[in-house]
Amino acid sequence: MRRYESWGRYPKSKGAEIVPLYWISEVPRLSKFPSPVLAHGKGSSYGDVCLNDSGILLDTLGMNRFIRFNRETGTLLCESGVTLEAILNLVVPAGWFLPVTPGTQFVTVGGAIANDVHGKNHHRAGTFGCHVTSMGLLRSDGEAIVCSPGENAGLFRATIGGLGLTGLILWAEFRLKSVAGPWIDSEQIRFRRLEEFYELAADSDKNNEYTVAWIDCISGGEKLGRGIFFRGNHSPRAAEQRNGAARDSRKGEGFDAPEAMINRLSVRAFNSAYFHRQFHDFEKRTVDFVPFFYPLDRVAMWNRFYGKRGFLQYQFVVPQERRGMIAEILQLISRSRLVCSLAVLKVFGEAAAAGMLSFPRPGVTLALDFPMQGQATHDLCEQFDRVVRANDGSVYPAKDARMSAADFQAYFPNWREFKRFQDPQFSSNLWRRVTGTGQSIG
Amino acid sequence: MAKGDRNGTIDRMTRRVIILGATSLIAQETARYFAAEHARLFLVGRNPAKLESVAADLKVRGAEAVQICVADLADASGHPAIVSQAAAEWGGLDAALIAHGTLPDQSICEQNASALKDAIETNFVSVASLLIDLANVFEKQRAGVLAVIGSVAGDRGRRSNYVYGSAKAAIDVFVAGLRLRLAPSGVRVVLIKPGWVDTPMTAHLKKNFLYAPADQVGSSIYRLMLAPRSVAYLPWYWRWIMLVIRRIPEPIFAKLNL
Repeated sequence: MRRYESWGRYPKSKGAEIVPLYWISEVPRLSKFPSPVLAHGKGSSYGDVCLNDSGILLDTLGMNRFIRFNRETGTLLCESGVTLEAILNLVVPAGWFLPVTPGTQFVTVGGAIANDVHGKNHHRAGTFGCHVTSMGLLRSDGEAIVCSPGENAGLFRATIGGLGLTGLILWAEFRLKSVAGPWIDSEQIRFRRLEEFYELAADSDKNNEYTVAWIDCISGGEKLGRGIFFRGNHSPRAAEQRNGAARDSRKGEGFDAPEAMINRLSVRAFNSAYFHRQFHDFEKRTVDFVPFFYPLDRVAMWNRFYGKRGFLQYQFVVPQERRGMIAEILQLISRSRLVCSLAVLKVFGEAAAAGMLSFPRPGVTLALDFPMQGQATHDLCEQFDRVVRANDGSVYPAKDARMSAADFQAYFPNWREFKRFQDPQFSSNLWRRVTGTGQSIG
Repeated sequence: MAKGDRNGTIDRMTRRVIILGATSLIAQETARYFAAEHARLFLVGRNPAKLESVAADLKVRGAEAVQICVADLADASGHPAIVSQAAAEWGGLDAALIAHGTLPDQSICEQNASALKDAIETNFVSVASLLIDLANVFEKQRAGVLAVIGSVAGDRGRRSNYVYGSAKAAIDVFVAGLRLRLAPSGVRVVLIKPGWVDTPMTAHLKKNFLYAPADQVGSSIYRLMLAPRSVAYLPWYWRWIMLVIRRIPEPIFAKLNL
């Protein structure tokens, strides 16, 4: 049985009507619905960008057919409900790979475009939207529009990173990346200070397609900013027999863990064990791409470990010259005594944004997970907001459940231009909040 | 080349598969597994646009060849031509999956004899007619697998859907007899009885935890068509649910609102 909720399970979604879509040729006229509509795929965005309370959620998972795959040029055309997992299962044995992948393969192509997702290769490849060559968009008035960089370019740029609000993405065509096989030559390097991270990042980004770091965000003082740097390249080693493609572990129901399971003690123990899990400061191995890119996908429904109250992710980006604020953020966490269960740090590249509302921009990005603990969690996020605002930063809507309208409009000054392309029938909980056109959520 | 072995299992190298009702979600999910093994697929369905998009998908997923045939399977007079065209296409057939059907509105069928007749025609008569045409081809080949999608609804009459249930029950008996007829020729007949599956057919119904996703059912059907099985409930738990349902004494069953 499907749950129509977001990955963070906060806020709780309430009362959207579900309309499953199975055929591009049979999508109902969207303007006939009395309330706003929104496409909903795998529900892997964290906050409320994929929710539409009292409206209609168009379940796109039934539109999951491939249309054309050119095995010579590596272009793939598919319906928008196809998941990255299905694409990888198809293209990796044929010597191709996703041009950009987020930290989970359980997202749809439509969702990857609407949130203009990024991955560990942002410094090389930009965002997913940078590789999209054309899209089919169905507007609520029934018009199906093909858009590409050369045709309806404004609508194209609005739809990439457009939070699903410019219409229903029916299909998309994008370029894949050629690889020898499923293997990644990966290296893990322990670092003890943030400065070491920046040196590692600057050095690694030259010779590595993929770079990212995990930060121990619970240890303060001496240990503040320690972590493990991950970097890698596609291995020239050809495909051999893999142990089978990963299965979608999110099909399971999972269960709500007691909320006390993720606490300071357990996270501190985990972080310490994780920091020390490699014997040497530097380790090198060739691994399958699934554990390299999607370590969390192997844990079925891990979001339910956070219990019924769910969790928040706070991901922001600041320009390089303001990166000193990262230490300030880590100190705020440390002082708050709240549990930050995961922290991921990455330096974005210079790639021009593919979409009007794309989040990635040159600078340093930090993503932080917090079990939802009510007002205390909100208070801490508001402290983050102040620091992010003061440092010309921005917050990622795909992860957000709480940013204010004023902040959104400051972070995404293009939003007024974007509104010209928005489809009047489309909306979401996030959109109503950040444009100040709905009640706020508590 | 194109031969099954003596147990009527499908030869992996040369599968030629006809799928009737190829745009049904369960059929599509099953076909994807055949496509991944480079089968040749003959798809029959009513809607040309849908058939085209299913065919394109299966080609991308690895099918060696895909033919489409637009036909309304409720009209049995067209069946012999469809089956012989499919058999001629690649010089024989290794497997057939009959997946078309409707979920009739019981209350309309109770008021309207022609709706009732349509429901039985689509869900039973057309299936029986196809089975006969396919059986005659497969019997001559002395190899192959015929798979039919029945339903747990055929296991016991319930007040809420006895029209659909009786059509599916008729398939049960028909297939049991056909299986005995074809066994000496080495042709297998598999009856698949899904419980509730999340598909367009059930889109308007409220879901509960017993609903299975269509891809899971499709993968099971594919495996059952390759394995020496004759009847299978999908998912497996329906076998035990229906065992209980069938044994509930009528006076008690009458009081249950099923």
